[in-house]
Amino acid sequence: MVDLVFISMMVVTIGGAIIALEADEIVYGAIALAGSLFGVAALFFLLNAPYVATFQITVYVGAVAVLILFTVMLVRQEKWAMEVSPKSITRIAGALTGFALVGSLGWAIAEFSLGSSTSLQNSTGFLQIGQLISGAYAPILEVLALVLAASVVGALTLSRVDREDKQS
Amino acid sequence: MNSLADFVFLSAVLFGIGVYGLIVKKSALRLLFAVEIMINAANLNFVAFNQFLWNNAVGQTVVLFSIALAAAEAAVILAIVVVAYRLHKDVDVSKLKTLEG
Repeated sequence: MVDLVFISMMVVTIGGAIIALEADEIVYGAIALAGSLFGVAALFFLLNAPYVATFQITVYVGAVAVLILFTVMLVRQEKWAMEVSPKSITRIAGALTGFALVGSLGWAIAEFSLGSSTSLQNSTGFLQIGQLISGAYAPILEVLALVLAASVVGALTLSRVDREDKQS
Repeated sequence: MNSLADFVFLSAVLFGIGVYGLIVKKSALRLLFAVEIMINAANLNFVAFNQFLWNNAVGQTVVLFSIALAAAEAAVILAIVVVAYRLHKDVDVSKLKTLEG
């Protein structure tokens, strides 16, 4: 008993993930990854969590996907077809591992009868999220700010072009 | 109505796709794609369990922190990819053998 929106968003999410990993042109892969992330945001809306969904769209589809697209353009080689295609034994091993993981997780889902809980909580939780962020989880927010600042400084330091090296 | 099992199974499939990508792919950008897909699967799990089984917003708050961390991680990885391309003209992780900057 699933509705049409869920099924279509499931197709967008899983199909986007597969295309992101398997597309020949990596630019199309990046765009498909953005579509997959957008599908996950739609699933957050379905789960009655609009704040998380908006955050996902802003940060992932807005920032990370564009960052990945620009990096792909910077790193673009003449022939992306030269990306070494993996040996078939590796491919089979990866597919087998993935299927075994999904199978065991699906068995666990069926075993614990998670399908019996169908009632979403009604509140969207804006107030509770605000109270948690500014209350109990405020230290985590501070540490997260430090981590973000450090990562931005680190990324800038890494990708800085040294002018003096070029002239000598 | 959707049940919790649908969302959790979708998340499991996404995680399996991410594991497949991590095993099979060699390009650093593809590995980043796979990691992002796996992080999204975990986030979906958090929100689904929180919304179906609990009556508070702890799961949503944790996912907000997780999304911010994933953005920081993506920025650092992309900077490393750009540096690796500048040094080696290649982003194949099996060919990157030096760590010197």
